Amino acid sequence: MGAGALGRRLRRYALNALVLAPFVLIVSYFLFYPILKVVELAFQDHQGHFTTANMVAITKNPYRLAFSTSLKISLYATVIPGVLGFVLAYILSGIKNPIVSRLVLAGKGVLANFGGVNLVFIFVAAYGSTGYLTQWMGDLGWNPWNHGFNLFTFSGIVLIYSYFQVPLMVLIMTPALAALRPQWREAAHILGANAFTYWRRIGLPVLAPALIGALTLLFGSAFSAYATAEALTSGSIPIVPIFIGNFLDGNVVAGQENVGYALGVGMMLILVVLAIVYAWAYRRSSRWLRS
Amino acid sequence: MVTVLNQNTTTVARSTTWYGSALRGVVLALAFVFFVAPLYAGSKFSLQNNAGAFSFSSLGDLTKAQGFSASFLLSTELTIVTMIGVLFLVVPTVIFIHLRVPSLTRALEVVSLMPIVFPPIIIVLGFMHEAPGALLVWPYHLAPMYLVLTLPFVVRSIESGLSALDVRTLVDAARSLGSSFFVILRRVLLPNLSSALIASSALVIAFVYSEYTMAQFQQRPTLPVWIAQFAMSSGHISTAAAMVSLLGAWVLLSVVLLIDLARTTLRTKRSESA
Repeated sequence: MGAGALGRRLRRYALNALVLAPFVLIVSYFLFYPILKVVELAFQDHQGHFTTANMVAITKNPYRLAFSTSLKISLYATVIPGVLGFVLAYILSGIKNPIVSRLVLAGKGVLANFGGVNLVFIFVAAYGSTGYLTQWMGDLGWNPWNHGFNLFTFSGIVLIYSYFQVPLMVLIMTPALAALRPQWREAAHILGANAFTYWRRIGLPVLAPALIGALTLLFGSAFSAYATAEALTSGSIPIVPIFIGNFLDGNVVAGQENVGYALGVGMMLILVVLAIVYAWAYRRSSRWLRS
Repeated sequence: MVTVLNQNTTTVARSTTWYGSALRGVVLALAFVFFVAPLYAGSKFSLQNNAGAFSFSSLGDLTKAQGFSASFLLSTELTIVTMIGVLFLVVPTVIFIHLRVPSLTRALEVVSLMPIVFPPIIIVLGFMHEAPGALLVWPYHLAPMYLVLTLPFVVRSIESGLSALDVRTLVDAARSLGSSFFVILRRVLLPNLSSALIASSALVIAFVYSEYTMAQFQQRPTLPVWIAQFAMSSGHISTAAAMVSLLGAWVLLSVVLLIDLARTTLRTKRSESA
């Protein structure tokens, strides 16, 4: 009888393994394997001998500058869209018309996933030095290009990233905002709190984990974006993904053949830290969302 | 009727002072301008001929442009192959894990978040070094990569669709009536998951039509890669193509969500009159 139960169990395991096998194979080959390969190659020279020289190289210029530029762009493209997106999510959560909210949802979904090449062309037509919006703002007496703005450098990247970061923030914060119960606000109001006190003592503390989680996601999305920056600046802005792209295109310095992989590892280290913060924040925030 | 539908919506306890609503209106107006103004500029630019006059010529030129139809076809084929993978591999796997091997739910969640943590540029970095030539020759080898990259939204939406259902009861009821796993899948679960399926399909389609990084490094002239290359010869046509793909994605997703709304409203009405 014990043997029969064991046999049944084994058969069930075998069946489960069989059903899951295709999925596991594809994910292993197209996701895990490339990642592990990057790590392995980062610690090898081009003849396959173990070395830490690549990892040392990325702490020096120009790679050090690439990492600091990447982090700076990501910081700006997180904080500004984060604040705007939060305010917008709050206001939009007040809209109850189901058709309007479905259309807004579709818009958010598209815009949040709409990075890359297409966006760049639209922005050049709008905010390029002879773009329509630039001209109109110039007609109104304030041409942004005369005030330090340049679409093809830092400020332009932050502007164009905001176009998908703000909807991303709205998308992430909307369910969290739904967890704010109106009763809390009423209770606070009855106890004499004004709107400011309510947000400082109740709203923001409850939302804090969700906010931290959303901001890490925004930071990660800005940090790992490649296509937009590449198409916008034709590879001239010194950020880490662009360096990796140059490396993939075969522009390598002799003796540094595998530095591209080390850059990948450097990016992964930062992204893993972000993921850990996100996981912590997600667990904390789901405490309020669940009930 | 309407109040019954809105049972769960929170009664508004927000400040309804005049400056509160004025502020809200101003922010909404600014956001509207921020998002719509570039689109307006983009369409104005793409609806111009080289002399600067209004014309639809660039849309016509777009369809005739060298390489456009081939790249559009390639993107479409990739979308179809990816969708087949999503519907016949990912979705059944997620459901199977949810029903039969719930101990793996957490692992699945971690796997599905990995493409967010490890971006395309890194995956392509490792893949390019190692991929066997035979695979790279297969014209649709990008499809399994897209399958992996779209896991975050596909798995998440199917999982949340499943947890919104009382799967246990549904499955037990179907089993007691003698259904096999595939009958349960086809006649009980998939119809109940249709909203989640449609929404994630729309996102997959929008994703495949706009993915650039992987296609470019693997030298596949998909639509976005073509747009970027063609920009060298005509900005008007490239901008037109960019506008068409953005608006196309928006319309697609709006239609999907509105159909979903119509269906749920219909269902609620039917169950009310019953």
